Amino acid sequence: MSDDQDQSTQLQASVKDAIAEGRSLRLRGHGSKDFFGRELGQQQLLDLSGNRGIVNYEPTELVITARGGTPLDEIEAALESNQQMLPFEPPHFDGKGTIGGAIATGLSGPRRPWGGSPRDLLLGIKMLDGQGRIMDFGGRVMKNVAGYDISRLMAGAMGTLGILLEVSIKVLPKPVEEHTLLFDWDPASAASLVGKMIADSQPLTATYCLAEKQAIRLACSHQRLPGICQRYGLADASEADGFWQQLRDHKLDFFQHPKPLWRLSLKPTSQLELPEPCLQEWSGGLRWLNSECPAAEIRNLVEAQGGHAILFRNGDRSGDVFHPLHPRIAGIQQGLKAVFDPQGLFNPGRHYPYY
Amino acid sequence: MDIDRQQLATDFLNMLPADCVIYRQEELIPFECDGLSAYRKVPLIVLLPYTADQVALILKYCHQNQLPVVARGAGTGLSGGALPHEQGVLLSLARLNKIINVDTDNRLACVQPGVRNLAVSEAAKPYGLYYAPDPSSQIACSIGGNVAENAGGVHCLKYGLTLHNVVQVTLITIDGERLTIGSTGLDGPGLDLLTLITGSEGMLGVVVEVVVKLLPIPERQQVALAAFDDVETAGKAVAEIIAKGILPAGLEMMDNLSLRAAEDFVHADYPTGAAAILLCEVDGSEDEVSEEIMRVRQILLNAGASEVRTAKDETERMKFWAGRKNAFPAVGRLAPDYYCMDGTIPRNQLGKVLTMIGEMSDKYGLPCANVFHAGDGNLHPLILYDANHEGELEKAEQFGGEILELCVAVGGTITGEHGVGIEKINQMCAQFPAPELETFHAVKAVFDPHNLLNPGKAIPTLARCAEFGAMHVHAGKLRFPELERF
Repeated sequence: MSDDQDQSTQLQASVKDAIAEGRSLRLRGHGSKDFFGRELGQQQLLDLSGNRGIVNYEPTELVITARGGTPLDEIEAALESNQQMLPFEPPHFDGKGTIGGAIATGLSGPRRPWGGSPRDLLLGIKMLDGQGRIMDFGGRVMKNVAGYDISRLMAGAMGTLGILLEVSIKVLPKPVEEHTLLFDWDPASAASLVGKMIADSQPLTATYCLAEKQAIRLACSHQRLPGICQRYGLADASEADGFWQQLRDHKLDFFQHPKPLWRLSLKPTSQLELPEPCLQEWSGGLRWLNSECPAAEIRNLVEAQGGHAILFRNGDRSGDVFHPLHPRIAGIQQGLKAVFDPQGLFNPGRHYPYY
Repeated sequence: MDIDRQQLATDFLNMLPADCVIYRQEELIPFECDGLSAYRKVPLIVLLPYTADQVALILKYCHQNQLPVVARGAGTGLSGGALPHEQGVLLSLARLNKIINVDTDNRLACVQPGVRNLAVSEAAKPYGLYYAPDPSSQIACSIGGNVAENAGGVHCLKYGLTLHNVVQVTLITIDGERLTIGSTGLDGPGLDLLTLITGSEGMLGVVVEVVVKLLPIPERQQVALAAFDDVETAGKAVAEIIAKGILPAGLEMMDNLSLRAAEDFVHADYPTGAAAILLCEVDGSEDEVSEEIMRVRQILLNAGASEVRTAKDETERMKFWAGRKNAFPAVGRLAPDYYCMDGTIPRNQLGKVLTMIGEMSDKYGLPCANVFHAGDGNLHPLILYDANHEGELEKAEQFGGEILELCVAVGGTITGEHGVGIEKINQMCAQFPAPELETFHAVKAVFDPHNLLNPGKAIPTLARCAEFGAMHVHAGKLRFPELERF
């Protein structure tokens, strides 16, 4: 693409200037996830979206390497033309998003339990740290255990440890066909159906549950579909064009709520007594909740089940947006922040108040 | 510094049951090495605790007394990661060997680190579940060791490494604090520390409990065996399979020397005249597998296979795999000693790399058999030598080192699944420049500021790299020119 540009040198210069002047930086790709995380102060904006372009993609290696600012759309189009995909199905909020932002926020779409998460699929990075050093970790191969796995640590770090100049990601063949089944079952029966289908190695690639409304996605040929429906007592294929994309990008009505939106991550079978109805994905492992309930109440409920809760949208963005950590673990995280960004340059306070 | 072994034994005997403390010289000898027996060191003392609380007490003591600690699982590691420290404690986790629970609904198992890899799958089997990572040592190797090395196996392309199949660990820090890292959900809060712990070779903490992901046993598995007249064609067939959108559960290649050795050893009915064979396994539901194996067969034939067989029944499938799974011991019968390497390369470099390994083999006068996890580019060259011949071990090590540097040069890595340990510590200098190595040391210091956990392994000091670099001058440039040399 003609817009392709390697801006590592310019970005490195910007970081060095910031170090010299003692300024901190707000890192941004497309800004489609600006709402996510804790609110930032008056940092200078460092636009990463110009550092873009696919650096290397050989479909038979199942690996794509792209600069951090490359639009997700561009990557997905390149993969699509080889019948491949980003297996974590990253959200495109507002129809935008860069690959660097997708990795830095660590968010996945409906396919996550079957396709993996950004951290699972990230193979290597070229990064710019808070001392202005450009470093390479991991690689472009599937298996690599040389040194600590620094690259994967960046997935979900909210840009607090460094700038992702380049990422290498494992990609997978795209299913030739996928079919969606919509049905009205009570949540308990639907959960047990999904459990049974998983146990039977059926090719599930997404689930959705909101009260009595259920949906599943299956990667199988249309010839095999009637057999599967019959085996589990489901009505044959329903058309649901764009449904999973709307779920992925939070375009469904459920997500258009002014109340605080909570993202709960739990063991799939966890039983929660919640005040409002939850939208469930990932066969119950991911739950969305619109609720004004005090944060501590929600967090206690989720924590009792071994899960964690993120205040995803709305609500108080200056408090604990991400789930509070055990003090020793918080200390380790501060220690790691000091390794990668000793002056606290990058996105200060966006992840946790203390770094 | 000389530490008084007797005093140490007395202190630990006050803290632990008597059978947990081994300190007599003759009893220490069995612990002097792991699976990489070329390196041996007798530890000051060996401790075999029964519980996580005892592990915490031991670590606290070591921390207070600034005593190095090397954790050890089953001792099957191939890179010397569990090589003892002569002035330190060897902490064996072998007795923490209980399967705490199997959560069938969420498909998770909580196990102690000393549990053998295969035992997890055996415990899960009655529920129709299994644990996917299957390193070839799976009968003996422990889950704790698997976490330490981020172990792989033959099913990684589809099912991932240990990293993808462990969701939570309980870690004891060097000062004895117990931490839960990760989550039983699909993600955890904060930075993903589990990615650092997995594969950290016992250098960040000691894992005392592991929650692993279990997968449903597929309804059916089927394997195709294809023979090729040259290795390059076999490599291209691998690319063809992937290009056609198939994600095999296993995709393995063996060259002529290794397949003949395997045939002699287990009689797997391999075509011994072939330059290389490919094993391609697919799994899933009955219909899916029937469809897919026929496609695989056709792709292999179109890609130039001289012969393709599909296993006619489960016995034959197991036989096909027996050859591959026994490749190491089989090759081991060809020479008094062999040296197993573990580089990873982009798959499209296979032809070039094998040709160059062939040339090196001629140069060093040592035969080399190649076994290849073709699906994920992980190459295991097995260098044959005789340690009783003066200088052959050194030659084998040099040969191996050269292979690893070749892997880095073609865009790969020096270790795919065996870890760096002590064995590949010099090649780390070829893979990583100084800032990356400094970062690794700084990360370790966050967890272990006094460098007590498995010191001297996995990450070379810059001084060591300067010394090593002096022997390996790349393209006329000395690595680490900023360092003083004496």
